[in-house]
Amino acid sequence: MKRVILEIVGGFKSLLTGMRITLQQFFKKDVTVRYPHESLKMTKRYRGHVVLLRDPETGKSLCVACKSCEKACPSDCIVVEGIKREGEKKKSVTEFELDFTRCSLCGSCVEVCPSDALGFSKDYNLASTTKAEFVKIDLVRRMEGEIAADAAHAQPQPAIPPENPPGGTSGSAAGGTPAATGIQTGSEKPAGQEGKA
Amino acid sequence: MLLEKLQSAVGAGVILPDGHETFVLNLGPQHPATHGVLRVKLTMDGEYILRAEPVPGYIHRMQEKMGENRSWSKYLPNTSRIDYLSAMTYTHAYVLVVERAAGIEVPPRAEYLRVITSELNRISSHLVWFGAFLLDLGGFTPLLYAFDDREKILDLLESVTGSRLTYCYYRFGGLCNDVDAEFLTGAREFVAYMRPRLAMYRQLVTDNIILRKRLEGIGRIDAELCRKYGATGPVIRGAGVANDVRRVEPYSVYPLLDFKIPVYSECDCMARYLVRMDEMEQSLRIVEQAIAQLPEGPVMGKVPRVVKVPAGDYYHAVEAARGRFAIRIVSDGKEIPYRIKLRTPSFSNLSLFEEASRGMMLPDALALMGSLDLVIPDIDR
Amino acid sequence: MTLPEPFRLLAYLAGVMAFVGVNAAYLVWVERKGAARFQRRPGPTEVGPAGLLQPLADAAKLLSKQLLVPPDADRTLFRVAPVLVMAPALMCLATIPFGKTLGARSLDLGLVMVFAFGSINVMAIMLGGWASRNKYAIISAARIVSQNVAYEIPMMLVVITLIMVTGTTNLQEIVEDQAGGFWKWNVFNLAANPLMPVTFVIFFICMLAETNRAPFDMAEAESELVAGAFTEYAGMGFGVFFMAEYANILVGCSLGAILFLGGWQSPFGILSGVGWFLLKLYALVFTVVWVRWTFPRTQFYGLLNLSWKILIPVSLGTLVLTCIMLKIF
Repeated sequence: MKRVILEIVGGFKSLLTGMRITLQQFFKKDVTVRYPHESLKMTKRYRGHVVLLRDPETGKSLCVACKSCEKACPSDCIVVEGIKREGEKKKSVTEFELDFTRCSLCGSCVEVCPSDALGFSKDYNLASTTKAEFVKIDLVRRMEGEIAADAAHAQPQPAIPPENPPGGTSGSAAGGTPAATGIQTGSEKPAGQEGKA
Repeated sequence: MLLEKLQSAVGAGVILPDGHETFVLNLGPQHPATHGVLRVKLTMDGEYILRAEPVPGYIHRMQEKMGENRSWSKYLPNTSRIDYLSAMTYTHAYVLVVERAAGIEVPPRAEYLRVITSELNRISSHLVWFGAFLLDLGGFTPLLYAFDDREKILDLLESVTGSRLTYCYYRFGGLCNDVDAEFLTGAREFVAYMRPRLAMYRQLVTDNIILRKRLEGIGRIDAELCRKYGATGPVIRGAGVANDVRRVEPYSVYPLLDFKIPVYSECDCMARYLVRMDEMEQSLRIVEQAIAQLPEGPVMGKVPRVVKVPAGDYYHAVEAARGRFAIRIVSDGKEIPYRIKLRTPSFSNLSLFEEASRGMMLPDALALMGSLDLVIPDIDR
Repeated sequence: MTLPEPFRLLAYLAGVMAFVGVNAAYLVWVERKGAARFQRRPGPTEVGPAGLLQPLADAAKLLSKQLLVPPDADRTLFRVAPVLVMAPALMCLATIPFGKTLGARSLDLGLVMVFAFGSINVMAIMLGGWASRNKYAIISAARIVSQNVAYEIPMMLVVITLIMVTGTTNLQEIVEDQAGGFWKWNVFNLAANPLMPVTFVIFFICMLAETNRAPFDMAEAESELVAGAFTEYAGMGFGVFFMAEYANILVGCSLGAILFLGGWQSPFGILSGVGWFLLKLYALVFTVVWVRWTFPRTQFYGLLNLSWKILIPVSLGTLVLTCIMLKIF
């Protein structure tokens, strides 16, 4: 009998404790982000879909179309094509297609890239009503769009800028250096890679 | 008392009086209680379960077969997707087994960081369980509190790995990148933040009389049943057996760390609940110690560019959030595995559901199922 | 204000229906906002300022949905059930005195009438569950009946205790008896009966159980029975059940305010009688919401155990003690 009464009193007290705690929470401020109105900034290592990075000096892609990423991709969702332009030491990328419907965002491609030409997008709001939009994301065109936008932003006349940056790149020998330093950071990898290939 | 009598009567397979009609109730594959696409076919007599037949397979993705057609390192992302709630520990098992097989040395800093991230992941996994379990029991608010805390862990892990769920952070021979000082202070702050939160959960939920009445003495799973079905993790520790892979088959730097294995011998849902709540506290201790002991140095050992595993048969187990997760790999010396076998804890834990739930009432059976902490892709894999 | 009797009745009917309609809609909003605050999120914010138009949007959505009747269901009962569940709540409010002069009928058997109609609600939900021909719904219907049978008893015992103290079942008179400061309210009037706080707690618990509110929402335990008796209801059929739940809470809380908290009696000026009544009413409603978003659900036999093993003995005990005290003093 005593035990039962103690249990009832103890149980009732535990209920009141619970109610006290939720009431304390009631007066604290929200922890949520009102998503469509505000959104969070992604951390610097956030792994979105891959994007082609540009050489900060020349504005051209760092990609040398070595196809390491294509081989490293566990889901076979990358297709890279490149040509060797005259007067350049390395190949340059002409086609970089990402099948985003199959991509698992693992980041293997970025990790394996010998010239550090791939990075992660910070865009996490990718949505579409059709699958077709994501079957082939053409990263080269996306990058060209960026280049055009940057150029338009840098110079008010829209006609000349698209030509200017490429002209600048071929002219300046410095264009090679950041890429070369990029290679040096992962120097073991490309050496082994080419040896195997 | 009456309930126990009824339960034992039905459970012992007493023939029901004539005219008692049983019916089949589907729990899932789309049902609020199964947290995924698990289907359980319940044969019921009123509210009493005569037989519960789990029907797994709705999210079978051939994770094992996938291992046989890709190189060793290409399988790494898959390991985060077997049990998406404790992805770190699963990747840990895989890198450990390949490292063991290929004889790869791992720098100590990398091992410490693996332990820190794995334990943070364990806490986040237990928090999801905590919230979902309370949701099964009809308490909605603790779920959101737990998710608030979990969000802090996910933010921390995201700042290191770039992903919130499928981390893919470990590599053969180390980690894909080092952590920064920000992460370490963040983790320390989280430990300091989480302790009062756990105390709050104890007051709000654990001590609550309604919860105690719902969990105490419900869903008995004893050590014998665990052995019979190979149940591990909090399920067996809630049955009074101190079986934790971190202790019985020590790996990584766990032997260097001081932590307790919580064991409760009541064999009921409450015991399993308490094991997990205590485990979160112990994980906090592990994180704290590992950060204090964290050595400087590289996070990547010397690894050949293409990992080749010498022909043979290798095995490694880890303590995942749900129990013993083990990978057995068979290599024929080629670049691609010959066979990868995954021993997932949720599958074994689900197996005993049929026997353990016999004769229970529907809400109790759901409490039992919640206390097993099932992750459906982990069952089906 | 003296209207001829039929008009007075019509006016009151319209008033009660409007009151219930607005309250049922806005208690949903209160519930959602309250839940959100307890869980530290903003709740509805998009439709109107602070989401205040959300109930209208919900109603528009529910009204525009097709009324589906499952092929094997009993069509008549299936359609009748939502009406049956709503009507008693409206009837009950006819006896509730909102203010000194604001009330439809001052019935001598007001309290009895409230309980008489209050029980119909259960039957309606049972009918709805039964008529849907759905396993979840039938389990839910069976649960709700046994739950209500179990909780009617302590509820009635508590009310009988109270009637013994007040000596009347006329709600208006019960309120008038509690005049003269808040220490005269039944719940605090320890001089008349020191067991009143216990009685009030029992009443509140029973009220939660009778209205199928958490932690006693066995009938619509969503993690077990999907949506319980309402699983097969679509569109406004579901909407009416939903509104009826809040209408019943309203009745229960009004009754709590009248029986224990002095109804429209004001402890000190500031607000009018009606204002005080509504304040007490919504304080109780808030507590109901607060309880729901704090506790897990009870197990079914736990709920019956609580009723048969704790509440009924305790309320019987208070009844007997009250008898003795009334006899002695």
